[in-house]
Amino acid sequence: MTKYRAKIEVKFKPGVLDPQGETIKNALVNLNYRQIEAISTGKLFWIDLEAKSAKEARESVREMADKLLANPVIENFEVEINK
Amino acid sequence: MKFGIVVFPGSNCDFDAYRAIKDLKIGDVQYLWHGESSLGGCDVIILPGGFSYGDYLRSGAIARFSPIMKSVLGFARKGGTVIGVCNGFQILLEAGLLPGAMRKNLGLRFVCKDIYLKVENRDLKFTRRCPGDTYLKMPVAHSEGNYFADQATIEELTETNRIVFRYCDQQGNINEQANPNGSLHNIAGIVNREGNVLGLMPHPERACEMILGSSDGRYLFESVAEG
Repeated sequence: MTKYRAKIEVKFKPGVLDPQGETIKNALVNLNYRQIEAISTGKLFWIDLEAKSAKEARESVREMADKLLANPVIENFEVEINK
Repeated sequence: MKFGIVVFPGSNCDFDAYRAIKDLKIGDVQYLWHGESSLGGCDVIILPGGFSYGDYLRSGAIARFSPIMKSVLGFARKGGTVIGVCNGFQILLEAGLLPGAMRKNLGLRFVCKDIYLKVENRDLKFTRRCPGDTYLKMPVAHSEGNYFADQATIEELTETNRIVFRYCDQQGNINEQANPNGSLHNIAGIVNREGNVLGLMPHPERACEMILGSSDGRYLFESVAEG
């Protein structure tokens, strides 16, 4: 077994309104950062786990994200596996 | 008729629901602990409002994996009557018993105030006692009540008359001003395809006696109690 650290990024699907992102964008534009086109918010999770291979680690983390970490109705996720 | 009110860690409308049912004298009522799996032979299951599991991750996301939710899912799939109020509605969405998801309120604030509801479908076991000529007054109290579903789901809900409640003003107009949270099409409550699972953000259990400002919530409980 090898120790891995998985990084899971959960973000809103395109087209899903992100009220926090909108508000933060307005605040930054008010601070004169007028070059901003869009801001979206999301969640980051780090999971330390043991697995036989990076592939196995990725598969189990994807399952966790599908089941609990992300809500597939409004969110997408990306998984990154590191040793 | 026996009502069962599920108590999650962080539920805070469980006692309100208990008292509403007792005071309306529409049946027996008991609490059901989330860690148990027995539904105690109840005919109607209520998932109350509150902040189950501290609203960690997403509202309702963790509560849906409570031991009792397995039983509630089985009960609902066999046609058992289930009502989710506020956090209870969020749990039903996370559990997949109702379609869609909740986002943060459009204004990012916790909204706690009285609103009016237009009852769009009065042929359901939840709404048959609702008067046709008035709009129901009851409170909302939530920060994630901004209902979202994809276009296909919204169309299906509309065509099958499953949008049960919409936020409206005192005259029954459904408009942006009457929408407390940015919810799509002012949706406040929906029902499943089979008509036995209802979810709504407003709190009928907090509007069952006039001293609280409204007793319109009783229509919902009295409808259900008709069997």
